[in-house]
Amino acid sequence: MDILVFFINKVVIAGTVLGSIYALGAIGATLIFGILRFAHFAHGDMMTLGAFFSFLIALLFYHYGIFLPIPMGFVVMPLAMLLTIGVALGIDKTIYAPLRKRGARPVTLLIASIGATLMMQGLIRLFFGTGQYSFFDYGEPKTIIKLDMSWAGSRPITFTEPQVLMVIVTVVLVLILNYFLTATRFGKAMRAMADNADLAQVSGINTQLVVRLTWVIAAALACAAGTMLSLDVSLKPDLAFNIILPIFAAAIVGGLGQVYGAIAGGFLLGFAETLGVFNWATILRPLGNVLPSWIVIPPDLSLVPTEYKLTVSFVILVITLLWRPTGIFKGAST
Amino acid sequence: MNAVSRALLLYVGLVVFIVLVGLWQGVANISLLMLQASAFALVALGLNIQFGYGGLFNFGIMGMMMIGGFAVTFVSYPVSKTFWTGEGPLWLLRAFVAFAAGFALVWAARRAPLKGGWKAALIVLCWFVAYVLYRSQIDPAAEYIEQHDGFVGGLGLHPVLGWIFGGILAGGVAWIIGKIALGLRSDYLAIATIGISEIIRALIKNTDWLTRGTLTVSPIPWPVMTPGDYQDHGVDTTMSFIYARGGYIALTAIVVVIVLFLIQRAYAGPWGRMMRAIRDNFIAANSMGKNVTSRQLEIFVLGSVFMGIGGAILVSILQIFDPGSYQPINHTFLFWVMVIVGGAGNNWGALLGALLIYLVYTLAGSLSQTLFYWVSSWTTQLGWGAIPDIDSRSLQMRVFVLGVVIVLALRYAPKGLIPEVVRRER
Amino acid sequence: MPLIEVKDVVGGYGGAPILNGVNIAIEQSDIGVIVGPNGAGKSTTLKAIFGLLKVTTGSIVFEGHEIANSLPDKLVPLGLSFVPQEKNVFTSLSVEENLEMGAFTRRDDITGTLEEIYTMFPVLKEKRRQPAGELSGGQRQMVAMGRALMSKPRLLMLDEPSAGLSPRYVLEIFEHIVTVNKAGVAILMVEQNARQALAFASRGFVLSQGQNRFTGSGPELIADPEVAKSFLGG
Repeated sequence: MDILVFFINKVVIAGTVLGSIYALGAIGATLIFGILRFAHFAHGDMMTLGAFFSFLIALLFYHYGIFLPIPMGFVVMPLAMLLTIGVALGIDKTIYAPLRKRGARPVTLLIASIGATLMMQGLIRLFFGTGQYSFFDYGEPKTIIKLDMSWAGSRPITFTEPQVLMVIVTVVLVLILNYFLTATRFGKAMRAMADNADLAQVSGINTQLVVRLTWVIAAALACAAGTMLSLDVSLKPDLAFNIILPIFAAAIVGGLGQVYGAIAGGFLLGFAETLGVFNWATILRPLGNVLPSWIVIPPDLSLVPTEYKLTVSFVILVITLLWRPTGIFKGAST
Repeated sequence: MNAVSRALLLYVGLVVFIVLVGLWQGVANISLLMLQASAFALVALGLNIQFGYGGLFNFGIMGMMMIGGFAVTFVSYPVSKTFWTGEGPLWLLRAFVAFAAGFALVWAARRAPLKGGWKAALIVLCWFVAYVLYRSQIDPAAEYIEQHDGFVGGLGLHPVLGWIFGGILAGGVAWIIGKIALGLRSDYLAIATIGISEIIRALIKNTDWLTRGTLTVSPIPWPVMTPGDYQDHGVDTTMSFIYARGGYIALTAIVVVIVLFLIQRAYAGPWGRMMRAIRDNFIAANSMGKNVTSRQLEIFVLGSVFMGIGGAILVSILQIFDPGSYQPINHTFLFWVMVIVGGAGNNWGALLGALLIYLVYTLAGSLSQTLFYWVSSWTTQLGWGAIPDIDSRSLQMRVFVLGVVIVLALRYAPKGLIPEVVRRER
Repeated sequence: MPLIEVKDVVGGYGGAPILNGVNIAIEQSDIGVIVGPNGAGKSTTLKAIFGLLKVTTGSIVFEGHEIANSLPDKLVPLGLSFVPQEKNVFTSLSVEENLEMGAFTRRDDITGTLEEIYTMFPVLKEKRRQPAGELSGGQRQMVAMGRALMSKPRLLMLDEPSAGLSPRYVLEIFEHIVTVNKAGVAILMVEQNARQALAFASRGFVLSQGQNRFTGSGPELIADPEVAKSFLGG
């Protein structure tokens, strides 16, 4: 029983949290892929930027001694989202739109987004240095919740308050997005444009507006994902690069342009990573009493050492690209 | 003004720029910069082949450079006194046998006369068994070597041999990668290669028994006389740097010239024409019966060979192999800027781009450092205190400047400074 | 004054021009049909009208406004509508959503128009919630037409509506086109099925190499021996 709870703590909870973060990031990336038709390499940096905006605004509150019952990161998120949206629209107007107008190829836009990434990374590290920051260094406690399982003879199920809120926020955001896409005029127009951009234009859909909406949604979700990641772990400028690969992988696995695919992909990758680095020896240990003595269970039987965590996303990505490039939900491909 | 005189003018401008920088930074410094720039130039030429000629989007340059760096370290670092006399080689032999056995197992499984789902299950099972088998041998081997010898050491041979080995190894790895990944669409290929180079970095960084990982390997010998050697002969310090680096630059310049000559000859010939035909019209070339995939593989491997050599040369120059120091910004994206700004598909353009961007990149760091110190003294005077961490922050300015350069280049000069010369055949 | 007048239009996709001085004019009540051999510039003419390629010289006037080189999404509110030949439905959207997209530029209540379309194409009402990609070729063509009609256009342009359809569906589509025209919508279409289309065309235009060759009413052109010999296979 204790082992089961250990598994729940280390895999189920961690996987759900990581999956939510990946899912929110992947939705943005897949929308941009589907509607703007390029791989937005700067998505990771948009997440970092969003996280930093949240952090700065939260610092302001901490400075004036304002503390609230829920972690400040969540409270300031809407405002940080607005700021992130502003930056995203600005970047699109100055960098991507002129290239699109010229009929640039998707790879040109990818390289341009690398340029945008470098600019953002440079600026962020310039202002914040390369260290790491935490929302909880300034007087606000990170409440740890322990569900008592001693009645079953095991350790408690442990998770943190931010983690609970993260899952709630993710569910809420996904529901809002789903409503938008299936029940509103502009949401359907977005789906139409992702399906067939030329026909969308011919039907009279205002493509410029849809493009701007895409950035709004992608930026808002990226901000949420980045903030949540920083609340769960810590805020580092490096956050960006380490996350772009799993997010692209999630988007591709789910099918490019398919929002629900991105969500599925995000959770798939979140759990794959947590399962990959989990030390399976702990599960097999009780079997040690049952097995003959010459079969020794090694102390560390994790599939993937923690340094190679990125490998998991990458392997899944490669397998998907080679075996089923359109992804689970059959999105766009070659 | 026609294309040739324009190119000439740009090169003259470059030389003037180098001279000015030399005057500002001092001859010793500029010689080191130019030396490193020459290694970078070679890598840029490799990318130019892959992208400019082949239309391939390789964003895994860092991986190739690391392989080259590892190769030259392994070949030119002095022989380990303890490794070859201890049990290390035996352990490695056992691990190699385990690896080969596992490889054979999976290979056999793939040829098993079974159907769909069963076959897939068998293959997965064999992969698992092979993995466990390999780990069971390599883990104790690694532990032993790391405890007993530190790492396997080198072969103590001449660095130039290490460079050649770097090229071969990089080419070999590129062949494997190319076989798997080259069928992908361009932006997918870009993402896949980024991932692959991250894997390579993780592998090299963590295989301590082979590469010493984050503990780094140094000093790695020079192929020519070092400043130290000159000083031992009685030359004064500054001149020793100049002579030593000058000698090294002469060597790398020869390498670059040879490579350039070879590529230019190939480009002008039927092979080059076919490559460009494939790049420009993939579908048409395919339907004409040209074996597009193997040509693309050729180009990918060839470009990677040069990247490996360039990476090897760089490590020889720096005399230290530090896996932790490799970053995608410096070792992948930088080259893309060089090739795009210089002119994709044109070797002179790529060369110009490499030297120019390298200098601009390094100088952006020093320039912003000076700027920061100046502003910091001003803020201190105002009573606001000094700006902390100026050194690391000015490094970030380089990154920002690089981003700006990419965006401006794509917008205003997408064909580069010295664009590809397209011969119109009427 | 004609509803739409295309005057001496020269244009193409950049590079050599495909249209070399095309003239088309139809009235509100017309069914206009453009026919001709491959490469004549038939589809290109429609695309030129709808702003999908560059018009270098000449003019296109719709209800008195010059519309050459406009953006496509600006033309829908003006009263034009276009059904492309290929990829003319949103495959991942449901039939009803496809129709809704056709009415995107409208701000009024569209349920009335939706019912009209369903009355005209009953099978669409049956399959309204199905993704359009799952429908057969003929049904898809109906969705495409329905989508274009949702904006209540005064001119409906169709690019080879019968392409790839079985003969039964071809007849059905042509019948629908005639019905729509009788309800007050001008039609301008390109057709490969020249004889069948010209049979009910009130204006026919035969193009060749980007220029007009013959103009007249559909039946007139069919009866003309020279037209029949060169373009209608005798």
